[in-house]
Amino acid sequence: MVWMSWTLPTAAFFAGIALILVAMTTWQAISPSVERKGFLPIETTRGDRLFIGLLSSAFVHLGFVALSDVSLYVATALCVLWMCFLMRWG
Amino acid sequence: MTKVENNKAWWLVMPVFLIVAFSAIIPLMTVVNYSVQDIFDPYTRYFVGTEWFKQVMLDERLHDALIRQFIFSFTILLIEIPLGIMVALMMPTKGKGASLALILVAIPLLIPWNVVGTIWQIFGRADIGLFGAMMAKLGINYNYASEPMHAWLTVVLMDVWHWTPLVALLCYSGLRAIPEVYYQAARIDKASRWAVFRYIQLPKLTNVLIIGVLLRFMDSFMIYTEPFVLTGGGPGTSTTFLSQSLVQQAIGQFDLGPAAAFSLVYFLIILLVCWVFYTTIMHMQKDK
Repeated sequence: MVWMSWTLPTAAFFAGIALILVAMTTWQAISPSVERKGFLPIETTRGDRLFIGLLSSAFVHLGFVALSDVSLYVATALCVLWMCFLMRWG
Repeated sequence: MTKVENNKAWWLVMPVFLIVAFSAIIPLMTVVNYSVQDIFDPYTRYFVGTEWFKQVMLDERLHDALIRQFIFSFTILLIEIPLGIMVALMMPTKGKGASLALILVAIPLLIPWNVVGTIWQIFGRADIGLFGAMMAKLGINYNYASEPMHAWLTVVLMDVWHWTPLVALLCYSGLRAIPEVYYQAARIDKASRWAVFRYIQLPKLTNVLIIGVLLRFMDSFMIYTEPFVLTGGGPGTSTTFLSQSLVQQAIGQFDLGPAAAFSLVYFLIILLVCWVFYTTIMHMQKDK
């Protein structure tokens, strides 16, 4: 594992992503997702909304890094809120 | 009757999953690890947080390379897609001519990238190249090594020459799949050539064009070898695209941290653009 140069934050990040994927798969197995239309202009499944949420969160974090000196925890907190909003009403 | 759910077949996907894990996911994870560290050697590395990302996002050279990259990708798409359709429409459909045309059109696709770069490097030279000599005869002082516009023209021409055949072949296969009855109906209605194209051929080509646009966008957005061989990114930095900036940073200067951060930003941009393309096109089809 030395060659992969792990650090604690990156390990935590990937563990988080893996947990989300496992949780989403379990949720899908228990109650399959149905495409629906929320405030997004397209019909989406839970997985689509998760993808949109993660991708937009990545860009929000990049924006925070590039344009401000505000702590990244603020960006993460905003993204968690955005993610919840998107998953429920997207 | 209730449908029996049997998900055991998913186990058959496991080999593919393992291969993808080793060829894509693990290297990507490693890149993420590199992007937050300053690496001197495998045992000496320091955690630097998001410092490389900040540096990369504020780097003027990379902004310029990104703008050039988008201009390049959209230029070649604007040329290659209509041109590919035109070539496909003009290719013979029956007899020996059809096979010959297919082979002739496919030739540029069989040539390795670095050879394509070399071919055009020689082709464009005013002293020994046909294209360069022709431009000189026409009284144009054409020199792709010193004039940015000429370098751009050559890189775009080269990509169009190399990759229009792919679009043409995709469209050709799409056109062959249209049943003859559609054309018969069009003849009975005395439809014009344009009407046949607009209402029969183009709608039937949508699927192959989706693949064509996506493939060409992704490939052109990651273009490296041909401009590297042809112009080396010059004159100056006028044809330095994203991948070449990345290679300069990663291999030329061995700045693994910034290069990894740059790769991730690059990856996210490609992911976003492809997702937007894919979703738009899939929804256009659904609405039909």
